[in-house]
Amino acid sequence: MKTATLTCAKLLICSALLALPAPLLAHASESAAAAESSPVILIQNATILTASHGTIEHGSILIKGGKIAEVGASVKAPKDAQVIDAAGQFVMPGIIDCHSHIAVDGSVNEGSISVSSIVNIADVLNPDDVDIYRDLAGGVTVANVLHGSANAIGGQTIVIKLRWGQPASKLPFEGALPGIKFALGENPKRSNSRGRAVRYPTTRMGVEETIRGAFAEARDYKAAWDLYNKRTAAGEKNLVPPRRDLRLDPLVEVLEGKRYVHSHCYREDEILMLLRVAKEFGFKVRTFQHVLEGYKVADEIAAAGAGASTFSDWWAYKVEAYDAIPYNAALMTRRGVLVSVNSDDAEEATHLNQEAAKSIKFGGLSHDEALKLVTLNPAIQLGIDKRVGSIDAGKDADLVIYNRDPLSAYAVVQKTLIDGRVYFDRQRDIADRPGREKEKKALLEKEKKSEKKPEAGEAAKKPGEKKMEEKKPEEKKPEEKPKPPQASAVAGGAR
Amino acid sequence: MRLPISQRRFPYLLCFLTFLYFPQVTGAQDKSPTYAITHAKIFTLSGPTIDDGTIVIQNGKIANVGAAVEAPAGAQVIDGKGLQVYPGLFDPITQMGLREIGAVSATVDSAETGAFNPDVVASEAVLPSSEHIPVTRAAGITEVLAVPASGGLDSEGPTGILAGQASAIHLSGWTINDMLLKKSVAMVLNWPEIQTQTFDFSTFTRKQKSFTDAKQEYEKQVDELTDWLDRARHYALALGHGGATDYQRDLKLEALVPVTRGELPVLVFADKARDIRNAVEFCEKQKLKVILAGGAEAYKVKDLLRSKSIPVILGPTLTLPREEDDPYDRLLTQPAELAAAGIKFAFGSFDNSFSRRLGQQAANAVAYGLSYDEALKAVTLYPAQIFGLADQVGTLESGKIANVIVTNGDPLELTTEVRYLFIKGQPASLDNKHKALYEKYLKRPKAQ
Repeated sequence: MKTATLTCAKLLICSALLALPAPLLAHASESAAAAESSPVILIQNATILTASHGTIEHGSILIKGGKIAEVGASVKAPKDAQVIDAAGQFVMPGIIDCHSHIAVDGSVNEGSISVSSIVNIADVLNPDDVDIYRDLAGGVTVANVLHGSANAIGGQTIVIKLRWGQPASKLPFEGALPGIKFALGENPKRSNSRGRAVRYPTTRMGVEETIRGAFAEARDYKAAWDLYNKRTAAGEKNLVPPRRDLRLDPLVEVLEGKRYVHSHCYREDEILMLLRVAKEFGFKVRTFQHVLEGYKVADEIAAAGAGASTFSDWWAYKVEAYDAIPYNAALMTRRGVLVSVNSDDAEEATHLNQEAAKSIKFGGLSHDEALKLVTLNPAIQLGIDKRVGSIDAGKDADLVIYNRDPLSAYAVVQKTLIDGRVYFDRQRDIADRPGREKEKKALLEKEKKSEKKPEAGEAAKKPGEKKMEEKKPEEKKPEEKPKPPQASAVAGGAR
Repeated sequence: MRLPISQRRFPYLLCFLTFLYFPQVTGAQDKSPTYAITHAKIFTLSGPTIDDGTIVIQNGKIANVGAAVEAPAGAQVIDGKGLQVYPGLFDPITQMGLREIGAVSATVDSAETGAFNPDVVASEAVLPSSEHIPVTRAAGITEVLAVPASGGLDSEGPTGILAGQASAIHLSGWTINDMLLKKSVAMVLNWPEIQTQTFDFSTFTRKQKSFTDAKQEYEKQVDELTDWLDRARHYALALGHGGATDYQRDLKLEALVPVTRGELPVLVFADKARDIRNAVEFCEKQKLKVILAGGAEAYKVKDLLRSKSIPVILGPTLTLPREEDDPYDRLLTQPAELAAAGIKFAFGSFDNSFSRRLGQQAANAVAYGLSYDEALKAVTLYPAQIFGLADQVGTLESGKIANVIVTNGDPLELTTEVRYLFIKGQPASLDNKHKALYEKYLKRPKAQ
């Protein structure tokens, strides 16, 4: 249910293209300002879940220049270091969500064609998407922002850091390889899309041929370019270069290992199908996404060196999810697959720590193994583990502080740091609320006044325009207005 | 490869577990064995927690519970040392048995077509062999309400205003007869919203309406609803005065009669403050007994809900705020806020496959300020009270139906395991489709 409902909700939200309410913008610019400087920070007295080398009790982390300078039981800090006392609290690496659709302006699906490699999520990053802040408040620091699953070969994808308050240009994870979304099964063959025009493919056979066809073209295209480059390098003049094909360029990058394949999939057969196609054309599948029947072919996934990024306990929302089991992550882990647990949804992302914990119950993963499902493992899957994913000296200071063991339903994020800067602080968020409330009220008042003028005639008929109380809803209250007009009007009022 | 924990730690219980495989021994209740769980920590929820006590289950009921209680002679004894006993969890809004695979309409029976179907009853379509039932049960949930038109994939289309009657069912039984706790516990009323924006799923387009048009449509729907209730009252009058030949039987009006008399509560689905206010005002005028469902903005109408003593079945706490500028934890802190205001509420999953997240929903509310005691009651006793079933389930007291779970810890925590589960006094299996597939693929020989 969730996927469908949420996708639709997302469609509604995205197409509305809401202007961000001013109070939040104010807050955003604040954190942007705070992020300008790069202070020396010492987090002390914490239980540190390193994800790479066990747990350090009463440990400290020294942060310099946005990086972890030192971590251990006793750390010497310079006198001017800002101290965060985390007595009784837990620090873990920032959560890495290997399947996200936040921070995207508009729809995530270019669904008109079956090979939409021409489009790129990087072109439509929206730094004002409030879900960035919400996920940050859930401890997420890095997200693999993917195109939708409407096409066998979907759009290009990008890894971002959740630097709330920064412009779109500051969101991309520097140096992270870009990716491309593939999708197998019901979504690309459009089993559940009622009332739509028929589009090839409509079967899993056709999905396979769509991918093979695209890579056959990409290989020829690459060969043409290779030949051209070779002859040019050899000094030949006046050669006509092959025509650029924007659709095939990203596929050539896949063949050259410069772009990761993240493939949405469910059933065991389609997982093996893609592995065969990948072998035929000589590329790697970096991650299988969702991969809810991955446990059935875990050996094959492991042998191919592919990663698996799955849900904790979603199932039965469609036929291909009917054999989904919450033991999937643990079973695949035990068979040697590198596994992560992802969200695919802005809300689910706010508690990925809890979702990871479920693999302790379902399949008996250890505390450390469960923690890695949302930290080090997705970092490796995205090729960014030299920078993030664990608490080690030299890595980016992307950290989350919880009030208790994060693998519990009772844990609450207190602070989230990216590059050594506090991007989310629960106490500050709470302290800011009255001010934001006041600001919103003032803006609404202002809006109300400016709105009355054109409707003067009508307003005159209803003297004493007051709150509705518990009477019939005769008059509009500001909050009763449809959402988009209200939001844009508020933004307009603040102009 | 590790064995499932129950087998690792309790190999001596394997025989017993095999017996547990059978969901229920029906028609043989008088011959059913007596069970005693001894030396367990017992959370009765009706009185203080018993640190080291015994609970006796006999003839489907809780026969006795206490610190000084002895296991009767001949009882099957479960050593509860180190274990904890709770009433089974109660998920008050699900589509259990009414929806198997969300995207496959042939397996979905949760929402009837048409706006007014007060006569349809959930239990008539509950599939006892649904795979969702044992999966949900394994999470410690022993009873649920199957509620027509209550969310999920099928809610994306029109769901109807009077959408039918919710049924309380035990999550175990060979047939619906075994499973039924109470056939009709509430009438679903999807409160019409003033919707200026709608989404057409057949064309995948958004549609915008003027506020005036939307309000007109809303008023028309409320008028229709009023008319249905008026006709039901007249029908009841006719029933009272005339003989059988004086009226034509009308099943829809007949179903509404107990609603108009305030005997059958209306389960009113509304989220926005305005809708809740409108719904409450309407129901008061009509003298209906109200239970609010959803209540995403219940915090905005606390005074109203408290003054009218309206209980709430809260939608999932794991939900993003409705508005962009709401605090990020708006739905997480609401339960604590409602509790402080003295409003009675229960948690509901509003789903099938996510029903097993019920404990997680409650625990998350504790993380954001709700007392643990209230959270636990909000998934056991309170739903039972709200739907008038507290004389039968919701606490561990002698005389109540023995829906009991035995766990290795806090049943709301993510990693806690349910070790034993009793429904109507019978041990119910903790096996399910997921566990079976797990065990099957654990054994897959390594691929060459």
